[in-house]
Amino acid sequence: MGDFIIDIIAATLRVATPLIFATLGELFCERAGILNLGIEGTMFFGAFSGFAAASLSGSLWVGVLTALVGGMLSGWLMSLFSVRLGVNQHVSGLGITLLMTALSLFGFRVIFGESRVLPSITPFKQLSIFPNSPVLGEIFSQYALTYIAIALIPIVWWVVYRTNFGLNLRSVGDNPEATDAAGINVYNLRTIALVIGGALMGVGGAFLSVAQLGSFTFGIVAGRGWVCIALIIFANWHPIKVLWGALLFGSVQALQSRLQLTGIKLPYELFLALPYIVTIIALTLAGRNASYPAALLKPYKRE
Amino acid sequence: MWTRALIPVAAVLATFVITSIFIILAGANPFEAYYNFIIVPLSSKFSALEVLVKATPLIFTGLAVTFAFAAGYYNIGAEGQLYAGAVAAAWVGATFTNLPAIVVVPLMLVLGFAAGMLWALLPAFLKVKLKVDEVVTTLLMNSIIMYFISALLNGPWRDPETGWPKSPEFFEAARFVQLIPKSRLHLGFVIALILVVIVFIVIKRTPFGLQMRAAGASKAGALFAGINVNRTMLIAALVSGGIAGLAGVSEIAGIHYHLISELSGGYGYTGIIVATLGGLNPIGVSVAAMFIGLIDTGAQTVSRVLGVPVYLGDVVQSTLLLVTLSMLLLQNYRIKRI
Repeated sequence: MGDFIIDIIAATLRVATPLIFATLGELFCERAGILNLGIEGTMFFGAFSGFAAASLSGSLWVGVLTALVGGMLSGWLMSLFSVRLGVNQHVSGLGITLLMTALSLFGFRVIFGESRVLPSITPFKQLSIFPNSPVLGEIFSQYALTYIAIALIPIVWWVVYRTNFGLNLRSVGDNPEATDAAGINVYNLRTIALVIGGALMGVGGAFLSVAQLGSFTFGIVAGRGWVCIALIIFANWHPIKVLWGALLFGSVQALQSRLQLTGIKLPYELFLALPYIVTIIALTLAGRNASYPAALLKPYKRE
Repeated sequence: MWTRALIPVAAVLATFVITSIFIILAGANPFEAYYNFIIVPLSSKFSALEVLVKATPLIFTGLAVTFAFAAGYYNIGAEGQLYAGAVAAAWVGATFTNLPAIVVVPLMLVLGFAAGMLWALLPAFLKVKLKVDEVVTTLLMNSIIMYFISALLNGPWRDPETGWPKSPEFFEAARFVQLIPKSRLHLGFVIALILVVIVFIVIKRTPFGLQMRAAGASKAGALFAGINVNRTMLIAALVSGGIAGLAGVSEIAGIHYHLISELSGGYGYTGIIVATLGGLNPIGVSVAAMFIGLIDTGAQTVSRVLGVPVYLGDVVQSTLLLVTLSMLLLQNYRIKRI
């Protein structure tokens, strides 16, 4: 039983890692007043570009860095439509997701061709922080990116709540007119937020390909981006609560894959769908108290 | 007003210029590629009809998205609702083997519509009653139904002989008739066109359509005018789901004759592109669906002839969506300034 729990905790952290990255990314976007539905495609592009760069360069960290830059590019593209032009954020976000997904599939075929064998790389190794402790050793035997994700939570909290940039970010998502009156460029600030957000989403996607799988498959992201959109509401746009949301989803996901092995006579698909069902329930419960950034979805036009 | 008609043309040209970069990256000549993309599919009868075959599901999903978006309800779940309709059709098409086509086909359409509505119900209900964001829930419902389909195909509907994950074959009477010999064009296309007219009348010519558009334009304004916005939105969301369900019925009864998990090539999401290109107008939607159908067909030609990955079609479609969005907006700017 003890082993089982330790195993679940360790798996939860692994599953939560890409969600933490991407949800923190979405946090930057939405705090600035932009709903970025490009998240799913940006993660997919991160997974693809990270894998392709790692495969071509032979360095996994070059892969992560490429995914980061690719994500920034995607965020910047989103800013062109949602910030500069003030296009409907739902449609432009989905457009970005469709575009980044298409570019990834296209790029993958151009680089790797139509080979029947799935191209693969040797993924990241897990690092053990407490090699001598049986319990902590098992739990904290994780990928470097998982440690980075956890470390990012307090960093993002500090940026959002304790820096000038964070103050401006929060105010531009609540009241862009006032922010503008205070002499801050609303367009630039929102663009920066989207670029930072995109970078985090890209790294979250790269985790899946260069750490977890060591390859790139077409179903690699599988709706995780949409889960992040739900998580950010669940977390009430607060970095610390993002951690709890990601861990909750991660634990359900980890639990379902272990429950499948226990031989309970239910279709395994039910367990696979469980995290998504739990997300809808959590969203429904949390939704009542959600305090959306006041200017979310509203394009800003300078009078 | 005349600029409104020019926008699609300008958007298509701009898209071709932008996407030619990717064609060059794939090592092909853009002019040659676009010749194969646009001209070749239209130059034979078979492939021209194939364009309409590809357009058929997109007319349905485009109309579904239009119906919801017009009422200000962002139904991104057409993909899942399509599969719900397909499940209902798959059940009818393999069960009532002794009924004639005149009974089975309407039965499939009704149950497919109902199944699509059912799959749209939870997000719509949560939106109206508890203000839960419908974008997130409809997207999550898309993921959930794929697992449901997989459970069906790996469980009760697994082919007992081959073991393939596909549902039992449709019996003859349940298959949509082919409209033209030696082509895959089927009854679904006609149903789609009839639906274009119906949706057009409902949105543009009925009191309910007016209420929908009022709710979509401004929720506060509609409330002030005494419109029951929640009820309007709920109905629009359910009908939207039903129309998307019909896309699933049409694909399975017209093309595949059994349920597979790859039934839709993302038609639910492409429906959003179609609805936007069509300006949330049913007539525009049907034209846009045919154009996207042309790109789908063309992408296969380009891939076969020039070896450019078939995903070029998806790149062109998504670029076109973003370009059109920006152009529609730039036009608004101009009108305001003059």
